[in-house]
Amino acid sequence: MLDATGVGPPEVDPIVPDPILQVRSVSKSFGSVTANVDVTFDVARGEILGLIGPNGAGKSTLFNSIAGAETPDSGEILLEGTRISGLGAVACTQLGIGRTFQVVRSFNSMTVLENVMVGAFARVTRVHPAMARALEVIEFCGLGGQVDAPAHALTPSGKRRLEVARALATEPRLLLLDEMLTGLTPSEAQAGMQLVRAVRARGITIIMVEHVMEVLLPLIDRAVVLHLGRKLSEGSPQAMVRNPEVIRAYLGDRYVA
Amino acid sequence: MSAAEKPNAIIRRRRRELVVGAVLLLALALLPLPIDNVYLRGLMVLMLLYAGLSQGWNILGGYCGQISLGHAVYFGIGAYTSAMLFTTLGIPSTLGMFAGGALAALAALLVGWPCFRLSGHYYAIATLVVSMMVLLLMTNWDFVNAAMGITIPFRAESWIQLQFRVAVLPFHYVMLAYAAVAWLIAWVVEGSRWGFIWRAVKDDVTAAQSLAVRVFPSKMAAAAISGGITGVGGALYTQYVGFIDSESGFGLPLSVLIALPAVVGGVGTLWGPFLGAAVLIPVQQLTVAWLGSAGNGIDLMIYGALIMSLALLRPQGLVSLFGVRSQAGGDVTVGEEVVGETAEAEVVDNA
Repeated sequence: MLDATGVGPPEVDPIVPDPILQVRSVSKSFGSVTANVDVTFDVARGEILGLIGPNGAGKSTLFNSIAGAETPDSGEILLEGTRISGLGAVACTQLGIGRTFQVVRSFNSMTVLENVMVGAFARVTRVHPAMARALEVIEFCGLGGQVDAPAHALTPSGKRRLEVARALATEPRLLLLDEMLTGLTPSEAQAGMQLVRAVRARGITIIMVEHVMEVLLPLIDRAVVLHLGRKLSEGSPQAMVRNPEVIRAYLGDRYVA
Repeated sequence: MSAAEKPNAIIRRRRRELVVGAVLLLALALLPLPIDNVYLRGLMVLMLLYAGLSQGWNILGGYCGQISLGHAVYFGIGAYTSAMLFTTLGIPSTLGMFAGGALAALAALLVGWPCFRLSGHYYAIATLVVSMMVLLLMTNWDFVNAAMGITIPFRAESWIQLQFRVAVLPFHYVMLAYAAVAWLIAWVVEGSRWGFIWRAVKDDVTAAQSLAVRVFPSKMAAAAISGGITGVGGALYTQYVGFIDSESGFGLPLSVLIALPAVVGGVGTLWGPFLGAAVLIPVQQLTVAWLGSAGNGIDLMIYGALIMSLALLRPQGLVSLFGVRSQAGGDVTVGEEVVGETAEAEVVDNA
């Protein structure tokens, strides 16, 4: 909803107080396949929001739209009042959105340090500041012992950490984590959750996409549940697991008490 | 082993490279002095030329991962620019080569503008087609003597004109300087922001974009530097040989010869083009000398067999023999998607 001149931040009424991200009536389809229909929600500054839903719910498409990798067919997405939908991944990163990938996308010909330095170059042009920043983030993400290891030699959980480190090096205010905990061993998942909490403690707002709800429940402040492309419900994680509609979406009618 | 205590593996490696480079430069400067054989000296001149040319190709094809099969275009533009400036305006080739390099860089941008909208094999094919078009144009363009080519008249013994009665030894130093500067440019960009960004673009475009890497401009920058280096090499070659025509300046075999040393030596590595040229150029020249190039093609068979053997035995390139870091693209972790695009690299990690 840009104003008539197209100048100045568009006015969108917040749903939550002090939202960092506002998703408004976002729809997206690929040919005849509808991925998102009229999805609206806010992300509060400093929270960890879970974006959950069964497979095929449209989480990844919405996630990609927020990250700038997809352009919604209609609706808009605002970061701190600035319209970001349709600007592209590069602009979204520059405006302060970091992301990881569900299937890790390490730069395999490069070391851990070099991978993270690419992220740091989003903010600095000189090599030494980029290196210093990268080293700090690598240490923070628990990869301090593998600074010079080739990225392709990391374990799967190490690669997930590398994705987080790389995204953090771009200095995001909002970090999107795509199934970061899926497929990890319980102890790795625990360590991953600690990392997520530590990231939030740095003042970074987090959106986590997971399709396995149990993993997220102890971690997230709020959940937005998607089903068949639409927002089914949103609220506290405890309320979500008791919500009959959510249970129906995940398990089918006969499990509703 | 914390990050704070051990931050400088990259810096240490780069210092080491610089020292090795300086030692090698000195050795190569002294090498022709005890060798009184003109043929061997000529071999070294060509070797150094191709080391520089291939280093230029390596910026775009190696670091940035955009495989160009049309680099002869930039070589030819550099060669013709310098030759035309020399023959028509008398501008010395020490200046002409920079004009040639600049025009070649401009041409690389013009080629890149449409072609970088394609990726992978399609980009390679597009560069091939462009180079064939340019070859055809040059063969028929009367202003540059069409198929007759340009002969560089000998005017005077001069370093400014880069003309010598006995050209082999002076040109050893000209080409050594060329190869050294090309190497130094590669060394500088490898350690710069561009170097990181190019390798990120090569490894995974989507991930690079998510880190705010502007892919198209970064490819254009790589193309300009790459084309410029190749163009200067074309100008120097023309001055050395004293003649250029459309086939020797723009032909497809030349494009392959420019790319091969980097591929054989190690794609996207600092030493790859040099090592590749050091092996390939002598082999190519010696097979021609021993077996003759008079149509029987045995020299090419041996040459081809050598390249095939190297590709099979050392798919990461000759640099891997020295334990120098090479661009391992393969992914050893079972069950993860293999992202590396370079087919040759994926074989290696299992070895």
